[in-house]
Order: sequence, then C-alpha cells, then structure tokens
Amino acid sequence: MLIKRPSDIKSSEITPKALYLSRRRFILTASAAALGGFSTLLSDDASAAEKLGNIGKSPFSTNEKLNSFKDVTTYNNFYELGTDKGDPAVNAKYLTPRPWTVSVEGEVKKARTYDIDALTKLAPLEERIYRLRCVEAWSMVIPWVGFPLHALVKLAEPTGNAKFVQFVTLLDPKRMPGQKSPVLQWPYIEGLRMDEAMHPLTILAIGLYGEVLPSQNGAPIRIVVPWKYGFKSIKSIVKIRFVEKQPANSWNLMQPQEYGFYSNVNPEVDHPRWSQATERRIGEFFRRKTLMFNGYAEQVADLYRGMDLKKYY
Amino acid sequence: MRLTFRRAIKPAAFLICSVPLGQLLYDGLTGNLGANPIEAVTRFTGSWALIFLLLTLSVTPLRRISGWNGLIKYRRMLGLFAFFYVVLHFLTYVVLDHFFDFARIVQDIIKRPYVTVGFTSFVLLIPLAVTSTAAMIRRLGKRWQQLHRLVYIAAIGGVIHFYWLVKADIRRPLQYGAVLALLLGYRLLAKWIPFLSLPLSSKAAAARPGYKSARPANLQ
Repeated sequence: MLIKRPSDIKSSEITPKALYLSRRRFILTASAAALGGFSTLLSDDASAAEKLGNIGKSPFSTNEKLNSFKDVTTYNNFYELGTDKGDPAVNAKYLTPRPWTVSVEGEVKKARTYDIDALTKLAPLEERIYRLRCVEAWSMVIPWVGFPLHALVKLAEPTGNAKFVQFVTLLDPKRMPGQKSPVLQWPYIEGLRMDEAMHPLTILAIGLYGEVLPSQNGAPIRIVVPWKYGFKSIKSIVKIRFVEKQPANSWNLMQPQEYGFYSNVNPEVDHPRWSQATERRIGEFFRRKTLMFNGYAEQVADLYRGMDLKKYY
Repeated sequence: MRLTFRRAIKPAAFLICSVPLGQLLYDGLTGNLGANPIEAVTRFTGSWALIFLLLTLSVTPLRRISGWNGLIKYRRMLGLFAFFYVVLHFLTYVVLDHFFDFARIVQDIIKRPYVTVGFTSFVLLIPLAVTSTAAMIRRLGKRWQQLHRLVYIAAIGGVIHFYWLVKADIRRPLQYGAVLALLLGYRLLAKWIPFLSLPLSSKAAAARPGYKSARPANLQ
C-alpha cells in the first residue's frame, strides 16, 4: 500500500508571492470581464449610457411630441463620422469622449483649458426640449441636457474686443474617421455673434434623454442653437475662442452662396437648390410649414431687427 | 433539358431585376427604412433607376466587345425595369413626399434645377417605354433607333439630377457619372477605333449555338 507523504516544500515557497497574487488578480479581472461581457450581451445597448442626475426643467422647453431616442441617435448629420445619416451611429465607437479638454481663449481675461468633467459642473443642468430644423428640410424634437452657454462666457470675462465666438471641433482622423475624406475642410468650425452666444436659448449640451450625450450626437460637449439650421450647432467642441471679427464657418467655406454665417431658420429665404418653406418632422407623413426662426421668433427676432435677412442668410 | 434551361433564363432575369423591389417592400413592411422612410424610398428607387439605366446602356458595349449577341434579348427588359424604378421614384415624390400638392410640385419643377432635370429625364423615357413593343419597333423602322437615342440624354440628366441634389459628398454621383462616361465614350470611340469592337456579324458570333442574325447590327 502506497502512503502518500505530504511534500516537504510548500507551494507558496515555489511560487513567489507577487506572482501568485497577480495570478489571483488576473483570474478575478478575467472573470469580471467575462461576466461584464455577458451582461452587455444581455442588455440592449452595449454602451449602456450613463444617467445624468439633478436635471431641472426649463420654461424654454416645448411640449411637442418628442422624437424617439432611436430616431435622435440613428438619424443625423455628423460628417466627421460619415456622410450618410445612418453613419454617425455606426462609427460612434471610434469617437471616445475621454480624455477631453476644452480650451477657452482669445479676447478674454480668464483664458483657461477645462477638463471636460470640470466643465460639465460649471452650472446646474437643465432639460431643454427644442425643435431642431436641419437645412435639408427635416426636423425633430429633442430633449437636450445642458446649461446656457452664457454661464461659461461670463466666467471667461470677455474683453471689449470680443464681438464673436468661434467654436472648433476635434481634429483627429482616428477618432473621427470621416476626416480622412476632404468632404469639408477639417476641423469643423462655427461661429456666433456675441449676443447670440449670450442668448438664454443657446446652450452647451452634454446629454439627451437624461443620459450622457452619445458620441454620434456630438459627445462630449456641443452647442445647440435652436433657431438656426442644425449645422450651426457644432459638435464635439475642443476650442471656444473669443474674437473681434466675424469668424469663418465650415459650410459657408464650402458653399458661400448656399450657407451663410447667420443661417437662421427662415421659410421665406430658400436654399438656392431647394425650398425652405416646409419641412418633414421625422415620424410624420405630411410636411409641415417651417416657422420663422424655427418657432423662436418671440425670443430672438429682436437680435436681427433692421437686418435684411435675405442678404444675411 | 437544354431547351427548358434556356426558357428559364428570361424569367430568372426578370426575378433578379425585381429583387430591389422585393427588398424595398420587405424593409417597408418590417419597418426597416429608418427614421425617415420617405427619404429612404426616394433614394432607393432613384439609385436603382440609375443603376438599371447604366445596365441598359452597357448591353451594346458588352455585346460588341464579347461578341455575345444573345445579350440583346435582355436589353428591353433592363430598359423597362429602369423605367419602372424611375416611375416608382417619381410616384414617391408626388405621393409620399408632397402628397399631391401639385401647386408646390409644379413650382419645384420650374424653380429647382435638379428637379427640372430629373423630371425632364423621366418625361424623355416615357416615349421609349411606350415604343418598346415589337409592333412599335416594326412600325417605326429606322426612326425607332433615332428615337431611342433619347436614352443617352435621359441618363446624363439622371446623373446631373443626383449630382445637383447632394450637399457636399459628391462621390456617389461622380461614380455613376464615371460609368456613364465610359459607356457613352465607348460608343464614340468604337466608331473610329476598330479593335474596340468585334463586328457583330463575325464568324465567331455566327458559329455560336442559337445565333440567328437576321437583323442588322444596331449600335444603341
């Protein structure tokens, strides 16, 4: 009969402690990753979005019927992620919204580079349910989450020379594969007049539907200017520069006779190639009449009093 | 056996040409046309109309380069499918996009160059579809060929229509334009450069089984 003697050498003496601890750690993380992977298989959305807390209501919100989260996140223009309206959702995986900084600079007393997580805490978050009218004559109703741009402008303390604000999108063809084709000049740039930037309707948006902004909608931070055509609401911003002269904007550089600096929604001024009198609200069959300043005339018409809107389109 | 196989080719070709329509109906019924279904249908039918126009126009070059005269049997079918998808495209515009708002439609056709060109191309294709029957071919004789040269203008108009409506990304319309330029360019060059085309009455063609050449070669 064979009686097994216990080994004289303990296994802990053969394997160094650091190694077996790291082995245990590996097993733990690997199984956690496996479980995590499994749970994302079960959940609807692999990148289960983070909920935003403490969101206030706003009197500027419309009570019109919202477009679904699916419509808002699978049908939009964001040429940095592809030129078809389904492309941004497909290519969103490339646009990682961290790490991210936004530089506030130019004609200001307090130039500063914000880390995105500091920037989103600058002011209390509000839900703003806005109509969005695309220059292509379709529209949606979207519940954005953000805060007024003027909160940031005030902190920057613009000098007397600051007459306009220029916005710049990230330039990084790895995270924005659409930038590999010269469809537009990259990076995308936009601009607002100072009074437009200070207007309470103009917001910095960091979320929609109560969740962190999906990459395809311009994560991690974008502006929303609801009385202007959608392309004015620049996405994935890395630079906000205060300037004295009217800055260039991408679509104007591309086709100056078709896309102006102001680009206010105006049913009376057609795009040279198509009518702007009507629009299709996504989800509706019949076209509806486009409203002056996208229905925000009461709030913003004063900004343009005395201006020839056919000339300043 | 062989006879039944040959008989099956044409219905099979018909079915293949109907696949895009089937896809569209399937996507429509299962709600897979995206957030803006009307735009999706418009783009889908427009693209397939252009593709079938280009396929129709590729029959003659392919035939003359390969000597495979049997291809001519499918030209009419391809042309009529092009017309079919053009009609669907036009109906989508009239019914789904503008829901019979004829005042606005007429204004659109007059004021918007891309609509004007697209509509003109559609109108040019109507007499071609109407005169596509064997009886009409016989009745019109030589004039049939002259009339059907309108397809060149319709195809050029179709590509311009697409090119003029895109906002910035002109890659797709340029691709269609390049193929069309190739197909039309071939026709111009083939007149002067003999090696581009085998004569249609060549021995090689005549030796093919099933070759029955009674009709003169028509370069369409």
